[in-house]
Amino acid sequence: MREITVLSGKGGAGKTSITAALASLCPEAIYCDNDVDASDLHLIFSPQKEQSYPFEYGWEMTIDPLKCNGCQLCESLCRFQAIHVNKDGKAEMKLFKCEGCRLCERSCPQKAISAKVNRNNHWFISSTRFGYLVHAEMGVGEENSGKLVSLIRKESRALAKQQGIGYVINDGPPGIGCSTIASITGTHAVLVVIETSESGWHDAIRVLELAKKWDVPTYAIINKVDINPVLSEKINLYLKKKHIPLLASIPWSKEFVESMERQQNIIEYSQDNVLKASLQNVWDAIK
Amino acid sequence: MSSFKIAIASGKGGVGKTTISVLLYHQLQKTMNETISLVDCDVEEPNSRIFFPASTQTNKEVAYQEIPMIDTTLCSFCRKCVNVCEFNAIMMVSALEHAEVNESLCHSCGACEYVCDRQALGTKRVAIGEMSQHNTSTGVLYEGRLEIGSVMQTRLIGMLKEWGATDHLTIYDAPPGTSCSVVETLDEMDYVILVAEETSFGLHDLKLIVRLVKALQLPFGVLINKAGLGTTPLKAYLEQEHIELLGEVPHNLEFAKASAQADIFSNIPWSIQTSLERVTQKIKHKRVEL
Repeated sequence: MREITVLSGKGGAGKTSITAALASLCPEAIYCDNDVDASDLHLIFSPQKEQSYPFEYGWEMTIDPLKCNGCQLCESLCRFQAIHVNKDGKAEMKLFKCEGCRLCERSCPQKAISAKVNRNNHWFISSTRFGYLVHAEMGVGEENSGKLVSLIRKESRALAKQQGIGYVINDGPPGIGCSTIASITGTHAVLVVIETSESGWHDAIRVLELAKKWDVPTYAIINKVDINPVLSEKINLYLKKKHIPLLASIPWSKEFVESMERQQNIIEYSQDNVLKASLQNVWDAIK
Repeated sequence: MSSFKIAIASGKGGVGKTTISVLLYHQLQKTMNETISLVDCDVEEPNSRIFFPASTQTNKEVAYQEIPMIDTTLCSFCRKCVNVCEFNAIMMVSALEHAEVNESLCHSCGACEYVCDRQALGTKRVAIGEMSQHNTSTGVLYEGRLEIGSVMQTRLIGMLKEWGATDHLTIYDAPPGTSCSVVETLDEMDYVILVAEETSFGLHDLKLIVRLVKALQLPFGVLINKAGLGTTPLKAYLEQEHIELLGEVPHNLEFAKASAQADIFSNIPWSIQTSLERVTQKIKHKRVEL
């Protein structure tokens, strides 16, 4: 089984468009949307949810105002500035700042603080016209997206094994933080979509360095190549020097937006055979 | 003038948060007779500074996380610290008298130190990134830059906001998404501008971030960027939800090309300039109202 993760660093560089295009080029795969914060792949895949599970992680804290005597111990111990004692002398919790360490609960002399398991995140196995999609929805402002990414990747691999499917393709999150790291560790290949803008290039370098740190074989696509031809030359040279295979250079095209608006991928929507052939090359090189 | 904090956020990446942030920063500076600051809270991929190639760095500080260290000569291997660690960051093999903390799992919450009877826990500092201050042609820019491989993006944002705290009008360029790093950026904001594009992805992700700012009870409005590029009825959604439309910045491929070269201020198209002027007027009113 081979697992491939599509990343970019910068948002809007074309990760999801490329991942969706691969779905028409790869004969059989499990698709996994690792961008659990703001997942969009399902907007093209039109999935039918078949199985739904809560992702139980972390704690939701509650302070009982009847028991709290306003001693401020919790406020002074909390390293996340999640608690403050209000003017009525009662401790109040800012749940969005709480990281669920439970130090306040354990240290409260009045036993006024309690914790219950957080069940605000969910993940799904859905059927689509391309095969199974494993995806997730996070509760409002939830943390631990890295843990959720690790979980859905594990479930995707298990599903691939069970179904005898040879590929797992991950649509990665933007950035280089915890959820991106969770989408890189242990994957067989990273495909970096580089937007040909100074920002896109700056961000892609940070992702390439991250992938190198985890020792994952890396491939590149240059996207919107015509919006900055000078920079595209520079990117080309850099990739050559670092021995990172450049699999395609794709020009900016309104067709990507148009296909998205019709819930289709670019291979389904476009009549542009040059573009289709160049995406076919991408799949042939990373498969 | 007093402090006024505005965050520029969006669920989806690539809709133009940074472009709008730097353009508003520039425009506000031109029209208001005071210092304006810009804080780049997208510490995983900080891009704002790219648009100010002539800026000069005026201050810099490394941001550290405190990681506990277990002194095995004092430790009794009672495992209390292991049991209270909610992040499974402490590994202990009592039989081998071995105990260590996994830096990448540790949240520096202090629970282990608190329960230790023997004061066997000290701390060491681990760099999670860098905070820097720059003078640009238009004001002061603060940037956080996460160390590659660090998972402490949210902590760094909190530190950056404290380090770069101002008493004047300040724009905070948020990271994409809707999870903890965005929540940290939005904390204690006076107003939030949500940047959105009229595509199916754009509308879907806008709904997610609207849900978040509502839960945080922050006043907000929506600015449509690349107007005319997509065909999704985003304005119908705004009307239906009674969300204020702050303005529309038209899609312009030539401007996108200039922006891709980080050359954003020299030739702002008239239609974009007009739209920016309207939005800055609205910001001035919000500042008085709120």
